[in-house]
This record gives sequence, structure tokens and C-alpha cells, in this order.
Amino acid sequence: MRVTVRFFARLRDIAGAAELARDVAPGATIGAVWRELAGEFPELVPYERSISSAVNADYARMDDVVGDGDEIAFLPPVSGG
Amino acid sequence: MATKILIPTPLRPYTEKKDAVDAEGKTVGELLVDLTTKHTGLKAHLYNDQGHLRSFVNVYVNDEDIRYLQKEQTPVQPGDTVSIIPSVAGGAPAGAEKGYDPFSTAGVAEKGSYPFSRAKTGPDRELPSLTNDEIKRYSRHLIMPEVGMEGQRKLKAAKVLCIGAGGLGSPAAMYLAAAGVGTLGLVDFDVVDFSNLQRQILHGTPDVGRSKLASAKDRLTTLNPEITIATHEVALSSQNALELFDPYDIILDGTDNFPTRYLVNDACVLLRKPNAYGSIFRFEGQASVFATKDGPCYRCLYPEPPPPGLVPSCAEGGVLGVLPGIIGTIQATETIKLIIGVGEPLIGRFLIFDALRMRFRELKLRKDPDCPVCGTHPTVKQLIDYEQFCGIHPAPEPTSVQNIQNNATEISSIELKQRLDRGDPLKIVDVREPNEYQINRIPGSVLIPLGDVPRRYQELDPDEQIVVHCKMGTRSAKAADFLRSVGFKRVLNLRGGVLDWVDKIDPTQPKY
Repeated sequence: MRVTVRFFARLRDIAGAAELARDVAPGATIGAVWRELAGEFPELVPYERSISSAVNADYARMDDVVGDGDEIAFLPPVSGG
Repeated sequence: MATKILIPTPLRPYTEKKDAVDAEGKTVGELLVDLTTKHTGLKAHLYNDQGHLRSFVNVYVNDEDIRYLQKEQTPVQPGDTVSIIPSVAGGAPAGAEKGYDPFSTAGVAEKGSYPFSRAKTGPDRELPSLTNDEIKRYSRHLIMPEVGMEGQRKLKAAKVLCIGAGGLGSPAAMYLAAAGVGTLGLVDFDVVDFSNLQRQILHGTPDVGRSKLASAKDRLTTLNPEITIATHEVALSSQNALELFDPYDIILDGTDNFPTRYLVNDACVLLRKPNAYGSIFRFEGQASVFATKDGPCYRCLYPEPPPPGLVPSCAEGGVLGVLPGIIGTIQATETIKLIIGVGEPLIGRFLIFDALRMRFRELKLRKDPDCPVCGTHPTVKQLIDYEQFCGIHPAPEPTSVQNIQNNATEISSIELKQRLDRGDPLKIVDVREPNEYQINRIPGSVLIPLGDVPRRYQELDPDEQIVVHCKMGTRSAKAADFLRSVGFKRVLNLRGGVLDWVDKIDPTQPKY
């Protein structure tokens, strides 16, 4: 099962890409996809509790299950003004 | 088989207000003939006296302009969508073709009711009338049916509070003032700095050193002397927020830090006032409307704040100067729409803008029933300590000189200079980015950007005295923690970073 991951703001800098494709196990949650990526990019780890996520442009929770072909977005909060 | 034709707003009066109608035909030309036969009123708007399609009427098949296909001979397949897009000039008197006035229509406004409860006198607050001078000033609003006299009077009656007169607050306040929002409040307690001028267009070079509110009031009064500018020169806090927000209808969040963002959100939810939210980082911006009656709030999206220091501020991370111009004007647009009650507000939608890729994205948001402040069983029923909530604690004062010497983790610029002058062996590690290193630096320092430290720390001697620094001290504190965690014994963080060094030791170097 393949998903597209989209990073925003600082997360994009850390991952070095705005978009990545990853194979995930059937039944994987957004949280599982995130932790996989955090293993790959350890600098992502501290963001886990602060990010919000979306599946196919719909706000989602970390325990939501993803499907084949889904686009998962991870957004850190930003505070600048 | 019928093809769907999308009709733009100015032409909907001729299609019984429908935004899409069906027509028959194998080519675009045939479709348009069928369309104008069924809806004869459209004919004069699409064709000139010679029967040619008017030059400013663009027709698209799916996403393609027919000018670049086969013009009116462009074939249409079942399932295609045809769009008619008249050019909308704006900005200057249009030299449009005679006999065509796309806006000489009435009754196309999607008038709604106020999505917010009016302050003080309630939704039935009587609308003020407009003077002749105001009618002249707002004429470009008044001739649009979506605004008209009633909408402009609603703007005059409205009270909007801008939190922050900085990057977002500048364009937002300027457009709201120009638009005729009757009472515009501003909260800020900062003074104008040279580094603000790249984006905070309320303020000019002669304003450097002045209070931002004094500068803002001058600028906004010049822009529109008809409105009332209320300045609140205070630090927004849990103690004053509710009282400060109370007289206002809408709050526009243009602040620059997480504690204030959560404070503004919670106060808006508690007072049931919409929050026209915007936030920026480098080349990216976000906007939404939070805390309306049935819509989500900021905490539905981000229940928990990030740990301090994780997400850089504009001062640390930088920001494209024009970016707050884009996001701040989106906030102003949403504020005006809420006041007038037209269009589709940005409620339940989170807009993300990427200036580098010039792309807007939108996420659907829902009110979270478990939200601690706007959910069905809220746990936050009054304002809390937001500094503490965001994990920010006041720095403990060192208790004694002895204590400093024994547990020193920091060093001052003056002390560093003394040690260098004495010839003490020490290594200065600059953990900023290469582009910052080009602006100013401490002589003899080596550059290892914070993100590279975990890969490159072996270039350093773990027994040597190391002084780490960044711009102001936050990033280098993280670098120091990391180095200690991998066995470095003597690591000191330069308090106040290179900026303090420039201030105290070498004022010939530029600051940023």
C-alpha cells in the first residue's frame, strides 16, 4: 500500500522534501506513518505532539487509518505575525 | 447530450441566478448559440453588434482557453465542463467595450445574517447613516450589490480589534480602515525597529523608535479620518483580554507568539466572538476563521502548543516581507465578509499558502466535540496562564556567584572577550545557518549549523572548552544540550548570542 506524505513549514526543511511517497502496511494509522518517518528523520520526533494532520485535505487524527493512494499532510503550528 | 456551462456571478441575473446551466451542441460555438437562445439576456453580454464573441469574454473547456484550441470550433465531448469567464478589470477605470457593464446587475449578493452576536446593543443595533463625504469615499463599495449602502453602514457600525500592529496587523488594519470599519482597535506595546520595516508597512523609516500604536494611528488616520482608532498600549494578558475584547464584534489575530495565540483563541470562544486568524513562517502562511457559533476553534486544530523553542519565530526563522501582506489581507477580507454577511466565510476551512510554489491549499476542519475549550464538555471555562500552558517559565535568577561558577552553562559576551584577550584556549562554535554567518560573526568561530551538529560533532574535541552561540541564544542552548549528552564536558552557551556580542564588543558589525 502506497501513500503520499506532504510536509509543511519546518517539517519540510527537516525531511528535505515537500512530498514523499512511502509504502505502508495495510491498516496503518497516520501515527504509524509518522513514527516511520520520525525514525528516518529523527529531528521530526519532538514535533509529534504538536502537529496536526490531514488525509486527502480533510483534518484527521493520528489514530485514523490510512488507505492506499491517500495523501497525508503533516502541519506544524506556526506563530509568526 | 447536454454540456454543463458554468456561469460567472455578473451573468447570473440572466440565467435565473443559476451558477450552471445545460446547453446542447458539438462545438463551443453551437453550445453558446443554444445557451443564448435559452437565455436571451446573455446575448448582448457575450456577443458584439457584429455577432462576434466579445474580446473580453473568455471561454474555457475544462481548464483550457478556447483561444488556444480551435476557438468557437473547439469540439465539446460528453462530460466536459465549459466555463465563461469575463475579465474583471478592477483597480482602474476600465476601458471596456461600450454597452457592456458586467456589474449593472442587482440582487446577486448572497446576503446572510451576522454569524456573530453584536456587541453591547445586539444584532438589532441601528445602523448609522453615511455622510456625503463617506458616500464619495466608499463609492466603489456602494455600487456593488454585495456591499451597497446597507453593507457599508454595517462596516461603519462594526468594531474590529487587531491584536498586533506588526506584519499581519499592518495590512489588515490599513485595509479595514480604508474599507470604513467604524471602530478599529489596536493592541500592541512594542516600538518600531528598523528590522520591522521590511514588512510592517504601517510604519515608516521616520517612525523607528516610536511606539507602534502612535505610528499606526497616524498612518490610519491619514488613510481614513472618518473612522475611530482605539489604541490599547498594553501586553494582552489573561487579566485584561476579556474586558478588552468585550466591546468588539470581531478579533483579528495578528500576534507573533503561541501563548498569545491560545489566549486570543480561548477569549474569543468564551466571548463568542469570531477570530480572523492568520499566521506566517518564512514563505508559508495560514488563515482561517475560528470560534464562530458552530465552527471549530484553533484548539480543535492544535490542541497542544509546541514545546518552547521548537517552532522558530519570525525573528529566528525569518519571513518573506510580502507574506504577511497576503495573509493579513486575507484576514481583512474575511473580517469584512463577516461584517457584511456575504459570501462563504473561511469557517471550517484551513487555508495554507505557499509563496515559493505560489499555491493555495485548503483543509477541511470540523469542530472537535472533545475540544477543551469549544467542545461539548469544555474543561477550560476561564482564561488560564498561557505562558505556563506553553511551557514558558521565567528564567530563575542565579542565587549566588558561587552557584554561577560551579554550574555555569552560559557565558557573557564580555567574559568571552576577556578570555579571548587572555589567550585562553577555547573553541567558538557558531550554530547558525551559513547565510546568517555572512552577515556577522565572532572572529575565529567555526560554523556548524544546528541541524548538522549531530553529524559533525566529532570534528570537535570533547575535552576542549567550547563556546556555542547563535543569533540570540535559543538554538545554541539546544546545541549545548546535545554536546553535553554525547559526552562533552566543557560547553558554554553565549548569552544573548552574536547580537549581544555586536552590542557589547564590536558595534561595527551589522545586526539583523
